[in-house]
Parts: sequence; C-alpha cells; structure tokens
Amino acid sequence: MSTENVKQIVLDIIADVAPDEELDGLNAAESLRDQLDLDSMDFLDIVMELRKRHKVEVPAEDYPKLATLDSCVEYLTPKFVS
Amino acid sequence: MAQYDAIIIGAGMSGLAAGIRLAMFDKKVVILEKHVIPGGLNSYYSRRIPETKELINFDVGLHALTNFARPRAKGKPFTKLLKQLRIPYDAFKLKEQSHSVIQFKSAALKFSNELELLRSEIAKVFPTEIDNFDRFTRYIEEYNEVDLQAQYVSARGVMRQYFKEELLQEMIIAPLLIYGSAWENDMDFSQFAIMFKSLYLEGFSRPEGGVRTIIDLLINRYKELGGELRYRANVESIVVKDRVQGVSLKNGEFLETKKILSSAGLPETFSMVNKETEFKPQVGKLSFTESIYLLKDKTPLKDFAATIVFYNSTDKYHYRKPNELIDSSSAVFCLPDNYERENTEGHATVRVTNMANYDLWKELDRKTYLSKKELVFEQAKELGAKLLGGPMDVVFKDVFTPTTVERYTKHFQGTVYGSSTKLRDGKTEIPGLYIIGTDQGFLGIVGSILSGISMANLHGLMENN
Repeated sequence: MSTENVKQIVLDIIADVAPDEELDGLNAAESLRDQLDLDSMDFLDIVMELRKRHKVEVPAEDYPKLATLDSCVEYLTPKFVS
Repeated sequence: MAQYDAIIIGAGMSGLAAGIRLAMFDKKVVILEKHVIPGGLNSYYSRRIPETKELINFDVGLHALTNFARPRAKGKPFTKLLKQLRIPYDAFKLKEQSHSVIQFKSAALKFSNELELLRSEIAKVFPTEIDNFDRFTRYIEEYNEVDLQAQYVSARGVMRQYFKEELLQEMIIAPLLIYGSAWENDMDFSQFAIMFKSLYLEGFSRPEGGVRTIIDLLINRYKELGGELRYRANVESIVVKDRVQGVSLKNGEFLETKKILSSAGLPETFSMVNKETEFKPQVGKLSFTESIYLLKDKTPLKDFAATIVFYNSTDKYHYRKPNELIDSSSAVFCLPDNYERENTEGHATVRVTNMANYDLWKELDRKTYLSKKELVFEQAKELGAKLLGGPMDVVFKDVFTPTTVERYTKHFQGTVYGSSTKLRDGKTEIPGLYIIGTDQGFLGIVGSILSGISMANLHGLMENN
C-alpha cells in the first residue's frame, strides 16, 4: 500500500474519531495533538479503529510513533504491506 | 453456556457507557440490569394526575446535567463524552439554566453558565474575597482532578488557604457537597475540583425530555452496536477462583467471562463475590428524600427565574446524615421548567431534596411511613410557598425516601453517592473485577458516563488486546 493511501486511512479515522476537527491544512510534520483537540482517549480510538478496520495492531509502547501524520505513515505503512 | 468478553452489572449511566465502548470495538458484552427499566440512580417514571387523568413524566435523580459545554468546546468533559460515544451534540437537545442561587440566612449568590455572574456576585457580597476567588479559580482550572493516583486531600483545608470569610467558603462548598459527596461535611479535593468545574465553570443544562432523553440515546447507541441488555437479571454471585470466572444468575444460569465491570457499588459488588475477602468497603451514609409536586399552572414561576436554589436556613452548612428523618434546615429546590422554557402553558414541576436518615426511615411501620412522607411533602410545599411567594395549588405529589432508593437501585441503605471508599483506577483486589460508576469516583451524570468510558478503555480495550 502506498504511503498516500496510508495517510488517507489515518485521516479518515481521525475524521470519524474527532468529527468536529478541521483536517484541511494539517501540517504532516507537526504534532497532531498540537494542531487538533485530541487527547489520549482519542488516540486509543485511532488505534482501535486501525485494528477494527484494517487488522493493524499498535502495541501501547508504540503509541508515541503516532505523534505526527508523517510518523504515522512511516510507522504504519510496513504493517499494511505485511 | 454463554461466554462473554465482558459482563457489565447495572444499566445506569456508567454501565451503558462502558457497554457502548466495548461493543463499539466488537467485544461480546452483556449488561445485566436487575430492574425492569434502565438508568439506575438517574431514571424516570410516569404517573397520572388523579383529577385530569393526564399522564406526566418525572425524572428521578437528575436535577441538572452538570458540565454544560457549547458545541465544539475544546477539552471539556461533555465534549469528550460525545466523541467517545460518537453521539452528536444536538442529540442531547440541551436547554440551559437561567441561573441558580445559593441562598443562606444572611447572603445569597447567583451563578449561571457564565462564570462572570458568580464573580460579580462575590465582588458585591464579599468584596475582600474576589481576588482570592480568582486565584482559587485559576488553581482549580490547572488542577488535574482526574489523576487516577490522587490521594485524599480535604477540600475545606484547601479552601481555608485561599479564603478568609467562613460564610463564603460554606456557600461555595454547599452545592458541591449535596451534588455528589459521599463524605459528610467535607470532600476529597480532587472530587471538589471536578464538582467546582462542572457546576461553576461549566454549569447546568437539561436535555429536552429530561433524563429519559439521555438514557434512550445511550440504549439506542448500545443496541445499534450489537450490545446485549437483559432486564430482571438478578446476579446471585460473582464467581471467583484465582480470577473472575463468571456470574451466576438467580434463575440458575451461568454466564462465563474473565472480566466484570460492576456499577452496583463497591460494598454491593463485594457482597456478591462468592469468596471471603478482607476488604470491607464502607457503606456511604448519605441518603435523601425527594418531594416532587406539580402546580396547577406556571403562574407562580412568572417572577421567579431561578432554576435551582441551594437553600440553607442558617449560615453554617451541615452536610451529614441527620439525627431525624430529614434535615429540613436545608434543601435543594429545583424548577425543571426554568431551563430555557418553551411555553408558559401546562403545569409547573417542583422538586425538593432533603438530606435523610436511612435507618430511621427503615424502621417505620407502613402507616407511620406514609404519614411521615406526608410531613416531608408539607415541608417541601412550605419551602415552595416561601421561595415563590404565593399560594401553592398542588395537583399531584410524590415523595421518595431512602428506602425507595434502596428498593429500586439496590444500593445499600439507599446511598446516592455511593461508598466513602472510592477506587479511582477501578481495580479491585480480584483480577478481572472492576468498579465503574460512582464508586470509581467521578461524579454526576457526565462523571458517571466518563467513568464507564474510561474504565472500559483501560480495563476492557487497552489491557487484553
């Protein structure tokens, strides 16, 4: 799966988890938390949706790797390939 | 034999919220409710007015939904709850309070969903304390009250460090105590901070249609996610070996699970465990009577805009189990029609809450019990006449006592705010048995829902994977 696809998957999930957030113009290199009103509960939902929709597992110790959109893509893309 | 990923005891606010979270992520879950209707301590019923045969709906529990937040408000408990349950803001159909009043013998303070009203009232009545109030507010805004590791700190002790006027301290703490404290006369500072934010910094609203609107939203959400809910499901015992094995029902059925989230209360939950433990949680002492009456029309409300009055006939607030049936020196007086009012037609509802003594109510014979209920109502009516300033044309009345609460909620001794032992992280000494709801320690309806959500997240979704 392309990195662009993975990016869209993450954005789709964020849009469902936090429907009130404006996702256009998001800086992919900057922390998601700094740009959006996301707390640890919302990050849990992102992880749970990745598992539910795409069977992708993110262990708790890897949560920091979801900090930015770029780091999400970097961390998740290999998981989608395998 | 039925097997579940998790079993939830109680279809109140916390149980339903926990159920939604688990069902959302495909856990096989069942909620077991003893009663025939959901809601637990916040429920509803309907009665016909004897003369006109009109069917009227009444709320039990909810005077106000605390933690008012506007749509898309950032980082507020109510907004978090909506996101986690994926329920749209508008579905709650919130109507804001006009304002509420803390009315003591020699002073009164109004507050509303705008902090500025309370600030200006304090500046007027206690001019030397306004700077202290601002400092105190800033301290609370920055305080992390949901830290699951927090230890007990006396709220009155913290207040004394900020304020000089005793009367002001009494007035600030009174609504917070009666809207959620399981302790007499004082409360844990982290619970105080939750309540301070939810009452004074956020405020009151009421869903159109009352508590039933909330319960229906939660039930529908849970069912549409495929959750199972059983009414009249009596838990005989929680079966434990080295860890939770399941639940035996009174009808002989055994439901297997490795995880139980119980909202039954801490002492109540442990009384169901089939194994002796050293752990002896306290049964809370606080219970209440509630008088509900309907006035023929809304004329008495014409010049009375307050939604809730926290009434105290002296300048010292006593929050404790009284030595008589009820403590009539203080009361919470609530006018549900004084949330943004749709019309001036129809009856006006009045609700009056008094602190009450469970033991004294429990020992009454039937005839005395009924006559004492009548007395409680008469006092509630008198308070209404005093505050509204006119004759009261009552067309319907009903009184709940601590034994009513006990009968419908199965909370020992009719406690409303649960045990004075709270388990903030929800973990009990028994692996697989978790506490949600009031005895986990978040307060109010929003607190109970957040309790169910956060405990389901922590113990149902994160740990096992």
